[in-house]
Amino acid sequence: MKRIKRVFVANRGEIALRIVNACQELGLETVVGTSEADRDGLAARRADRAVCIGPAPASESYLRDDLVVQAALGTECDAIHPGYGFLSESPKLAARASENGLVFIGPPPEVIELSGDKLRARDEAARAGVPILPGKEIGPGDDARQAADEIGYPVLVKAAGGGGGRGIKLAKDGEELDSLLSLARSEAGAAFGDERLYLERFVANARHVEVQIAADQHGAVVHLGERDCSVQRRYQKVVEEAPAPNLDPATRNALTAEAVAFATAIGYRNLGTVEFVLDVDTGEYFFLEVNCRIQVEHPVTEAVTGRDLVKLQIHIADGNELGFSQNDVTFDGHAIECRLNAEDVAHGFMPSPGTLSLFAVPDHSHLRVDTHLCAGSTIPPYYDSLMAKLIAHAEGREATIDVLLEALEDLDIEGVETNRALLISVLAHEDFRRGAVSTDWLERAIV
Amino acid sequence: MALSDEDVREILRIIDESALTELQIDTEGFSLHVRKGGGDAPAPIARPGKPPADDKPTPAEPATADGLATITAPMLGTFYRAEAPGKPAFVEVGARVESDTIVCIIEVMKMMNSVTAGVSGVIAEVVPANAELVEYGQSLFRVEPA
Repeated sequence: MKRIKRVFVANRGEIALRIVNACQELGLETVVGTSEADRDGLAARRADRAVCIGPAPASESYLRDDLVVQAALGTECDAIHPGYGFLSESPKLAARASENGLVFIGPPPEVIELSGDKLRARDEAARAGVPILPGKEIGPGDDARQAADEIGYPVLVKAAGGGGGRGIKLAKDGEELDSLLSLARSEAGAAFGDERLYLERFVANARHVEVQIAADQHGAVVHLGERDCSVQRRYQKVVEEAPAPNLDPATRNALTAEAVAFATAIGYRNLGTVEFVLDVDTGEYFFLEVNCRIQVEHPVTEAVTGRDLVKLQIHIADGNELGFSQNDVTFDGHAIECRLNAEDVAHGFMPSPGTLSLFAVPDHSHLRVDTHLCAGSTIPPYYDSLMAKLIAHAEGREATIDVLLEALEDLDIEGVETNRALLISVLAHEDFRRGAVSTDWLERAIV
Repeated sequence: MALSDEDVREILRIIDESALTELQIDTEGFSLHVRKGGGDAPAPIARPGKPPADDKPTPAEPATADGLATITAPMLGTFYRAEAPGKPAFVEVGARVESDTIVCIIEVMKMMNSVTAGVSGVIAEVVPANAELVEYGQSLFRVEPA
């Protein structure tokens, strides 16, 4: 069994720092591969070594699996942690890593490939007995209108190569469907290198609930509970929490059992997330997709389970058994995370890069802040705008919300625009406090 | 806009191929003065202007206080001084190079990428050891412009 001693971190921002910290706590060395724009970042400074793998644009650095593997080999690492985003769900990186004798901290390439093909993943879910939304692949010559009539309007047009909220369009009627199909197809081809599209039923009153799973290389699969990520803007999550509020125990049990069954059926390894859409009106739930990476929102699961998921990823990748069973997974309290972004909410959520003349996060009990920034840090314009994740963990949901609200009020930020006021409006809103929001709520009630 | 090392090389290439004999470029945080052909002015010389608006580090200065230009790595990879083991090095210290002279190879996952000097002059120093990992923007050679 290969023992991991030095980990190459193929990412940036808060997650790169998070991985470096986890490795250091495990006594592992770290090498961070940075772009030119991130050379002086906190992750690079904290790691044992940093190497500049390319220029600032991600396509010339963080998205180059050849450079990542070359850099990992050249710095004598024995494993690669891909974080989230970038190459985290690249079967090519996973394959290239193992071909070169490196441990890829994630699922095997064939599982990543299956999960990345949203159509195949749907089929596999159906085969495993997991409910899927009515839907159908639409080839260039197919009668989309007929398929849509069978599914019912409004209907979602999704890219088979999409996922993570990308490559989705909504058609309210046949006319709109006709007008957006060809654009959707060329966009999918350009963005994902895969022009395949499919239609899927749109659930109007929906909640996004996902289940964290963990699977070792010896056949054990467990779940670590669910997260509710219904507060979204344009299919991107803004606030996430665990457990899902007002979820009846029967549905919770069914969802977690389905997630484990699906993970087992596809031979899943390491940590992953099975996403579901919950129809609030009917109580039905449907499989959406599986994500083969550590999620941005993993800290809420860490808070309520008391388990370090990044360390668990490394532990599993190193060939170890999980070391605990489903019965050992217990849940304590409530946790909510909100994503602080450098963006100008008043101007269409435009990214707001710049230098932070002031950035101080409060030191509250019950509060965890994951960030790679401090006063003087620069937020470059090349990447996503995530500045920090604020995670509150307290006994009840109300108390947790209050911790987060206080933390947001006490943040000191100068130099860039942020979505802080928006986050405060969400957390203070009566609908959110009641735990009754659906995925379209943020854009309907707040924005 | 700050000029990158690559931009400078591109400018030099264009001037090299043009009828121009002298060029002065001033952008925010950077000024470049190039004179082609003999005479007393060494070419190329770039001198740092006022600090760039963004603090993005440039991979290397095209020329430094000691008058030497630097050839930097255009990509991360393994640095090879020769085409193959046992073959002579592309360049040794003292070798005369032109802008298009191949000075080394950088290997990325079995892909061999030849690196050209980008400047004319005489190799004054070979910075990395053979077969060493070089980072993007790292100094490979120091060149006495001529």
